[in-house]
Amino acid sequence: MRLRLLAGVLSLLFLAVLVGAWHLATLPKGAAAAADSEYAKLVGAQAAVGAKSAFPTPADLGRKLAEHVSDPFYDRGPNDKGIGVQLGYSVARVLLGFLLAALVAVPCGFLIGMSPLVYRALDPFIQVLKPISPLAWMPLALFTLKDSNVSAIFVIFICSIWPMLINTAFGVAAVRREWLNVASTLEVSPLRKALVVILPAAAPTIMTGMRISIGIAWLVIVAAEMLVGGTGIGYFVWNEWNNLSIANILSGILAIGLVGMLLDFLFSRLQRAVTYTE
Amino acid sequence: MSYLQVQGLAKRFGTSCIFEGVDFAVQKGEFVCIIGHSGCGKTTILNILAGLDAASAGAVIMDNREVAGPSLDRGVVFQGHALMPWLSAMRNVAFAVRSRWPDWKRHQVHLHSQKFIDMVGLTGAEHKKPSELSGGMKQRVGIARAFAIQPKMLLLDEPFGALDALTRGNIQDELVRICAATQQTVFMITHDVDEALLLADRILLMSNGPAARIAEIVDNPLPKPRERQQVHHDPGYYRTRNHLVDFLVNRSKTYQLEEYRNEARRRRRH
Repeated sequence: MRLRLLAGVLSLLFLAVLVGAWHLATLPKGAAAAADSEYAKLVGAQAAVGAKSAFPTPADLGRKLAEHVSDPFYDRGPNDKGIGVQLGYSVARVLLGFLLAALVAVPCGFLIGMSPLVYRALDPFIQVLKPISPLAWMPLALFTLKDSNVSAIFVIFICSIWPMLINTAFGVAAVRREWLNVASTLEVSPLRKALVVILPAAAPTIMTGMRISIGIAWLVIVAAEMLVGGTGIGYFVWNEWNNLSIANILSGILAIGLVGMLLDFLFSRLQRAVTYTE
Repeated sequence: MSYLQVQGLAKRFGTSCIFEGVDFAVQKGEFVCIIGHSGCGKTTILNILAGLDAASAGAVIMDNREVAGPSLDRGVVFQGHALMPWLSAMRNVAFAVRSRWPDWKRHQVHLHSQKFIDMVGLTGAEHKKPSELSGGMKQRVGIARAFAIQPKMLLLDEPFGALDALTRGNIQDELVRICAATQQTVFMITHDVDEALLLADRILLMSNGPAARIAEIVDNPLPKPRERQQVHHDPGYYRTRNHLVDFLVNRSKTYQLEEYRNEARRRRRH
């Protein structure tokens, strides 16, 4: 308890130091020579002459965040949607791609884990496919699927499938022999054995795979949305770069971090729910 | 015709022979123990009886049918308790009960499981997970699970090997009581001579591997009912015990040599 309190205080201290340093670094400096007029238009007259930093101060970001939080779900056309709406698009894509991947990976992993033959036969494919950056699939997906949104979901699908597949296969293959023997002596049917013995026995390993997958999917969706455009938090960040609104970019980055943390927390809870002690 | 018949059983891995020429029979309601040193293939024999392993030669016939695979007719108590750690004690037993009688209602399964949990003295601990139970309690759950399916025969693979002496004694008492009450046919592996004398009607002695055999079958002369506190006061107790210990200490090693000499002597006579 004392340790937690102390850690909390220390965390706040680190935050204060960080924000303080940031604040000092972005303090307005004395007026300098007149700047290029084009540049002034872009970053604002004050920043251009150096009176104000082009990088937002903590207070600027605070104001921006307050704006986003007070109205996260507005929709004023294709290039002006609330940050909540954009996050919603991203989360929906991630969950959909992840769910499809789970539907494929868990049964396939079961099969691979149960059969040493299938395992050996599929291993070379998995070893080659696994290290491919999911974004490398994007052009192929766009060409075959002919839809940017579906392609983004496909990229999530392809990147979430490997950790789940490998962990499921490993978990299933590592189920203790004696539990299977118990099921055999009780003449349990193969289906019941898979659901009542193997699945719960392998569940912690499978959930670990799922947690890794959702983490990777959340990393990948940002890049994927920067490529396909239209909607999503990745597109939001890229669009704000085009608008040269650093404060908005920072808001987007912070939101990505928070949602990623939330997803991981959710899966850590699920993981704890299926973990057993021997 | 005996209830269980084992004829010419052998197990080989490649060129190495674990055991061969294993013949014995178990009568209905009989308690048979097998004693031998590690590596002589006791567990393999039990696994073959259970149908979990296949013999290289020979046959196992139970109740006039050849044993060809695992069956609900033979309940097994495993060396490690082999409980599923994600299920409570009750649900571990209920899993077996539901496998035995798939048509039973939830309530019926519960009642039946509870009866066997009570029988091994675990009333009150039925909702604990195996990790929350002591070693002895876990083994009791394993015994309850095996008895609950009311098998024709019970196979026990050194069920008390990992337990401390006090706990072991208590569970042995329980086992004596339960077997007397249910007239269960039992085949059990043990390392413990006293345990064999307390529980078994007959004791199979196995020689050391490789190419282990059943060297001798000893009838337990001690009258039933046997009680742990009393059994060693019986005049016949130490004579039989010494015989068993002598076998384990000396003759299990030299048995094959002994057999070989006997064979040679027989040939010379003819």
